[in-house]
Amino acid sequence: MTTHDVHERLKARFGDDVGPLSEPKIDPFCVVKKDRLVEVCRFLKTEPGLELDFLEDETAVDWPKRNVIEIVYHLLSYKHRHSIVLKVEVARDAASAPTVEGVWKTANWFEREIYDLFGVEFPGHPDLRRIMLPDDWIGHPLRKDYQEAGGWHGMSNVRENPLVELKRLDDARKAEKAPKPVEKAAEPKPAASGPQAS
Amino acid sequence: MEKLILRRVDRNNEEMILNFGPQHPSTHGVINFLVETDGEVLKKAVPDVGYLHRSIEKIGEVVGYPGFMPYTDRIDYVAAMFANEGYAIAVERLLKIEVPKRAQWLRAISCELCRMASHLISVGTMTMDIGAFTPMLHGVREREAINDLIEALCGARLTYNYHRIGGVAFDLPEGWRDRTLRFLDHFDRFLPEFDRLISFNEIYKKRLANVAVIPAAMAIDYGLVGPNLRGSGVDWDLRRDLPYGAYPSFKFSIPVGKGFFGTSGDSFDRYYVRCLEMAESSKIVRQALESMPDGEIMAKVPRNLKPEAGEALSRVESARGEMAYYVVSDGTNKAHRVRARTGSFTAMGIIEDVSRGLMIADLVALIASLDVVAPEIDR
Repeated sequence: MTTHDVHERLKARFGDDVGPLSEPKIDPFCVVKKDRLVEVCRFLKTEPGLELDFLEDETAVDWPKRNVIEIVYHLLSYKHRHSIVLKVEVARDAASAPTVEGVWKTANWFEREIYDLFGVEFPGHPDLRRIMLPDDWIGHPLRKDYQEAGGWHGMSNVRENPLVELKRLDDARKAEKAPKPVEKAAEPKPAASGPQAS
Repeated sequence: MEKLILRRVDRNNEEMILNFGPQHPSTHGVINFLVETDGEVLKKAVPDVGYLHRSIEKIGEVVGYPGFMPYTDRIDYVAAMFANEGYAIAVERLLKIEVPKRAQWLRAISCELCRMASHLISVGTMTMDIGAFTPMLHGVREREAINDLIEALCGARLTYNYHRIGGVAFDLPEGWRDRTLRFLDHFDRFLPEFDRLISFNEIYKKRLANVAVIPAAMAIDYGLVGPNLRGSGVDWDLRRDLPYGAYPSFKFSIPVGKGFFGTSGDSFDRYYVRCLEMAESSKIVRQALESMPDGEIMAKVPRNLKPEAGEALSRVESARGEMAYYVVSDGTNKAHRVRARTGSFTAMGIIEDVSRGLMIADLVALIASLDVVAPEIDR
């Protein structure tokens, strides 16, 4: 079965809640209505002939211009060797998507990662905690507008370029070695503004 | 085993929560486990990851397409070739570049050598975790020879940065083919020796058989990939089932765990599948060296890479299973999103569930047999 056929069957079952297959530039995908997502996923996993039993990847993509975060589901069937890509769009300011942890257990950690790095909530998720970053981290780094808070618990996350520091030390050493500036340098210079001005 | 648990669960006076890690040598890198135990028996072990998180995916959005290649090495530094290859294939799909035959063969050779090196570390550290130190040294000794070969090929021993978008960086150096064949002759003799030394050791077998069994359905549900999945008896390998690169031209078999000394999906199966895979990799390298086509090693790639807007997924069979790169392009010369799906990440996700009722010492066997590598979990 091709991705196209899988999509046809999905379309026949769910109608307009499943969007059209995107123009196959490289990998096509289809956008699913948020409310029907879990139903669609369960159908894809259990329906004989489809059996997409492997949630290959679940991740998110931030699109600040369209003000959406896309949650992307890559599904693969071990038995039939076909695959399909589903997408769910959530608003950036109230990012929340249904959890598919009940369909594929592996979604547990994938969704924790999305929650951590994109700040998308998954109501119903059994264990929604940050996974990569500390629990009191501010912000979600993979969002496009993420600004670093400039450290964590007094630990700076920026440092001076080590070369700058070396150069400063070099300069200090040179200044020590160099002969002390004689008084002549301190004398006021004779007025020579004429040629400089021209 | 089960009787033992039933007897101990009733006694509630030995419960405690321990930190297992993050610097424990048998946790394979910087991983922490919050271990709830009742005496020696685990109630559960909750993995706490992220110590090595460098946000490589964010870096991928900042540096250009070719500039990300050295960073992929750091995703999995024990088997960096696969990370290179996966990323290269994803971007090639975006750019619709056809890789020359010779480059595909070179990719297969370098990847299979890398798989052997990675599996040697995996089985070596596993034996060490279980308590046998010598096999680890044997494994590392052989890996040194592979590292020398790869160093001669691309100049680096760990972070190879060998694959390029559109091909590979260097052709075979002079005399490399014979040197590799000599090594493979030696390696094919080494594997049975290693089996005699440790794999079929009675204590070792008993220590691992029937420990931390993961049934096939559970392995699929939790998204286990690669040797961990095959150890559970699922006959699936991307090199054969969704082939890429040069793999359709080679003949090799896919070892699957069938309960060699216990139940299918136990720690020994996951371990031994890796031992068998090394022999298959050796076969592939031989075939590739024999059937090596002539020609270019790089496709014509524009200097400024600007794929049209779209998205591509690439899958490669890494030493730790399926490694998938999902690259989204918005039409500029920098990726909009680079995502690396790694085998260790999902393997860690299963530990909490499998660890229920294990002995503490068996948790070490479970972690080692899943062959998790910390940077690959955290990225």
